[in-house]
Amino acid sequence: MKTLVLVEHDGSSVKDATLAAVTAASQLGEVHLLVAGKGVRGVADAAAKIAGVGKVHVADGAHLEHQLAEDVAPVAAALMSSHDAFLAPATTTGKNVAPRVAALLDVMQISDILSVESEDTFTRPIYAGNAIATVKTKDSKKVLTVRGTAFEKAATSGGSGAVEAVDAGNAFGKSSFVSAELSKSERPELTSAKVIVSGGRAFGSNEQFHGLLDPLADKLGAAVGASRAAVDAGYAPNDYQVGQTGKIVAPEVYVAIGISGAIQHLAGMKDSKTIIAINKDEEAPIFQVADVGLVGDLFKIVPELTEKL
Amino acid sequence: MKLLVAVKRVIDFNVKPRVKMDGSGVDLANVKMSMNPFDEIAVEEAIRLKEKGVATEIVAVSIGPAKAQETLRTALAMGADRAVLVQTEEEVEPLAVAKILKGIAAEESPDLIILGKQAIDDDSNQTGQMLAALLGWPQGTFASKVEVAGSDLNVTREIDGGLETVKLATPAVVTTDLRLNEPRYASLPNIMKAKSKPLATKSPGDYGVDVAPRLETLKVNEPPKRQAGIKVGSVDELVGKLKALGVAK
Repeated sequence: MKTLVLVEHDGSSVKDATLAAVTAASQLGEVHLLVAGKGVRGVADAAAKIAGVGKVHVADGAHLEHQLAEDVAPVAAALMSSHDAFLAPATTTGKNVAPRVAALLDVMQISDILSVESEDTFTRPIYAGNAIATVKTKDSKKVLTVRGTAFEKAATSGGSGAVEAVDAGNAFGKSSFVSAELSKSERPELTSAKVIVSGGRAFGSNEQFHGLLDPLADKLGAAVGASRAAVDAGYAPNDYQVGQTGKIVAPEVYVAIGISGAIQHLAGMKDSKTIIAINKDEEAPIFQVADVGLVGDLFKIVPELTEKL
Repeated sequence: MKLLVAVKRVIDFNVKPRVKMDGSGVDLANVKMSMNPFDEIAVEEAIRLKEKGVATEIVAVSIGPAKAQETLRTALAMGADRAVLVQTEEEVEPLAVAKILKGIAAEESPDLIILGKQAIDDDSNQTGQMLAALLGWPQGTFASKVEVAGSDLNVTREIDGGLETVKLATPAVVTTDLRLNEPRYASLPNIMKAKSKPLATKSPGDYGVDVAPRLETLKVNEPPKRQAGIKVGSVDELVGKLKALGVAK
């Protein structure tokens, strides 16, 4: 089977999420990549070095600069005439593009796969991860998005794929990029961090959220996450949200502070290796999944913890 | 501007789903069902556009069992003008839902179709994108802000790195994210009024759509359970644990 993996990139480097999708693809067959963008030869060269990659298709065009789904999907769909499976990381980019590719191919997508059982059978979470479905597709072409935490990352070196330019197509024309407001942080990225400290509504304000959590995160070299309640309340930006419909994370250590543990939040972090919970309510559901719990007032505990680390 | 909003009847977000013993699926018997939360946000956004004088009519659509009527009545009580139920007792996959919605779009000629970004039962996050592709329309997914500027939309999207704004020419498809708005509760008078708003019932066949599933669910299992661990009594003990885990020096 020949697979085509959508490379997630920012115009200059390959994003980690791609690497898990490459691993999933390698379990299906030959791995080809698609790099779509503007001036992305450098990205393609880096992608070609990913272990196990056979070929890198590069679609380079001014209209692909912002990788709008409307422009990327037709390029991917056209390449699918010579591939059997299209895989994208289950990131906001992949989730935006893949269903559009699936519809163009008249294929039912399988979202967020956790494992490859055979060439047509996959597992995926449903109901906020409270159930795992084993799903077999009858479609001859497969379109899949891949959960980043469920597959090992392919090595970024050792590969020697051939880089090949492909038709970038024409601009869709009915949509255009206006602006982006990207969070800037010196801290590790949430989805690839080894340690995450995450805060909930109990922090009470934006100032207290960052005033207490940021120093702790810096001590631990951690990324900062948030519950939906904290994001809704404006304590943290949307890209901090961990949960069913936010980011799915599985760090070595997840420290949940002032987070009660709604099922929607647990869906995003319960595959973390070790969960530590700090909450003043000893009945909070978060303690049912936490390996280590500390009951108490976060406004006392967090500064003391930061101090003692 | 005419708006179409799609709503799905799903397990209530407060209910913890239980996997059936025989592994055939999730037990939905006697479980509270509600409108998918992201679809509530879609309905609310449509109503706000109407209240601003931008939208003239809101048509709510649902594809599902007879009971999805209740979900549509909720949309009508919130402020949608009329509803279409495409009734089927079969489970309809996102691709087929998108095809049916395309048929309805051909009939209704909306300028904007708003859908939830994902349903909290199958967690697919596909329908809006598929619909946009089938219609050849632009898409603004995971929207946290929608501004109408003439015949264009400026849609701010929640993306992994932060926010992104795109400009879409109408007709267009928008899918909602959590921060777009806070849906209202329907008032009792509006719930009463909704009972007399028009609700048409159709079938997938009316749109020439074959809803036969492409995917076969072989089994549904519970995920591995985590066990509750220990509680520590002090910050010092917690520091000790963090050191043992190798994340603190």
